[in-house]
Amino acid sequence: MKLITAIIRETKLDEVREALIENEITRITVIRVSGHGQQTREHIYRGKRIVPGLIPKVKLEIAVNDDFVDITVNTIINSARTNENGEVGDGKIFITPMEECIRIRTGERGGKAI
Amino acid sequence: MEVFKRRTFLITVLLLLIFAGNTLASDGNGVDTGITAWMLTSTALVLLMIPGLAMFYGGLVRTKNVLGTMMHSFAAMGIMTVLWVIFGYGMCFGPNTLGGWFGWSNDLLFLRGIDTEVNNGVPDYVFSMFQGKFAIITPALIAGAFAERVSFKGYAIFIALWGILVYNPLCHWVWAEDGFLFNMGANGAIDFAGGTVVHISAGISGLVAAIYLGARRGYPKTSMPPSNLVLTMIGAGLLWVGWFGFNAGSSVNSGLDTAQALTATQAAAAAGAITWMIIESFHQGKATALGFASGILAGLVAVTPAAGVVQPSGALALGVIAASLCYIAILIKNKLGYDDSLDAFGVHGVGGITGAIMLSFFIRKSWMIEAASLTESGTWTIMQQLGVQVAAVLISIVYAAVLTLIIMIVVDKTIGFRSPAKNEMQGLDASYHGEHGYGMLNAS
Repeated sequence: MKLITAIIRETKLDEVREALIENEITRITVIRVSGHGQQTREHIYRGKRIVPGLIPKVKLEIAVNDDFVDITVNTIINSARTNENGEVGDGKIFITPMEECIRIRTGERGGKAI
Repeated sequence: MEVFKRRTFLITVLLLLIFAGNTLASDGNGVDTGITAWMLTSTALVLLMIPGLAMFYGGLVRTKNVLGTMMHSFAAMGIMTVLWVIFGYGMCFGPNTLGGWFGWSNDLLFLRGIDTEVNNGVPDYVFSMFQGKFAIITPALIAGAFAERVSFKGYAIFIALWGILVYNPLCHWVWAEDGFLFNMGANGAIDFAGGTVVHISAGISGLVAAIYLGARRGYPKTSMPPSNLVLTMIGAGLLWVGWFGFNAGSSVNSGLDTAQALTATQAAAAAGAITWMIIESFHQGKATALGFASGILAGLVAVTPAAGVVQPSGALALGVIAASLCYIAILIKNKLGYDDSLDAFGVHGVGGITGAIMLSFFIRKSWMIEAASLTESGTWTIMQQLGVQVAAVLISIVYAAVLTLIIMIVVDKTIGFRSPAKNEMQGLDASYHGEHGYGMLNAS
């Protein structure tokens, strides 16, 4: 079991969600976050050049069984990328091993609880 | 004792009137400052409805569309006002042109001809600005039908064309002294403050637009939760308050008819609100805040054409009927599956039609007597007036629907109206305005 954490652009949330649902990955957690990576894209707002400090992003957390890791990751990459070549600021995906997963309602553990 | 009191009162009033003859508030240009003061207030109150509508609609859309949706109302304040000053007022209140399709007078271009005009004690400038607010709110109402899925540029061009081709002619027909609906039947089609001109035309146009543009992405499967119902409730409150200017101001007076319109407005709004609340409680088990707000609007919309002719009991009845029918209309919408996102047709269209037609059964006697005295035969029945009302409603529906469809097609084929899928998913705020309504919720 793996925990996939993806940080994506706010504006891409719907595209990514639709793509995930299409591939039958329907259990996700979404969190609004702020942060910065490489992105230093300048905006012009009220006539001023602005380089945002902390940039609002959306974080997705998806717990998956091992067979689903590739499809989930590929789906996110394809839907969260800006245009075809992508742009700085499109985000990152982290995959971490997950020790246990428990469904609270039944107390089931492991892969079938996901 | 009672008789004596009343007599003393009457004598006092008479004496006051005699002496007041010379001192009736006036500024020497024939301006009745009392009436003008109320009309100035009403003008401001109707303007207040537009930010009210922006909040009402803004709160109902998803977080990514809140600014774009509010901008639909605010853009109307800009675009429609400029058009109104340049030639909109002339199209509405100028003399018949092109066989009465609309009005026109070169004198009214840029409002030049009314600089010093005063009519019935009210400067034409005040009347013009008061009427101009109606021209703003009407296209802004339509925006509720296609919320969350149109390009800003397409919208801006659409409301400009819609104002010129739909609103101005309708307004001329119904409210200009030489308009053909103004003169239909014994004493005109009754549209006190804009049942046909504002609500039916906006509601029907919204329905046509919603069907033409198609549903939002994911509708009805995806949940589309309101971003902020608090904003919506404040907006509904401001609309209710502003409606006193809308209806009571439409008497263009500060007297008995103003008081009648004001009372009818309050009664219908309250009746509509509690009707919706009761129906919803029984039907869904809970009385929602949005339901209460929708009931307020249903009542207000229905009493809009009727405020000048119904008594409080009639206003209560109109509120109850309109809220019930609007509630059913929204249930039917969900069955039919077209996406009138914020129920512009469900509330304004259905409420407006209900009010304009049902008011026939609640007209106060004095109005009917006056209407009868204007006919050759000296009689005028409720059924005859009902016929006039139905005719006026049908004419508005057909005219607004056909013209809206033509404008939609033209705008969509030339500069594009429907938002491209990508922009729709990103949200109107980021796509068309480069801003975020709720950005402050994030650390930045």
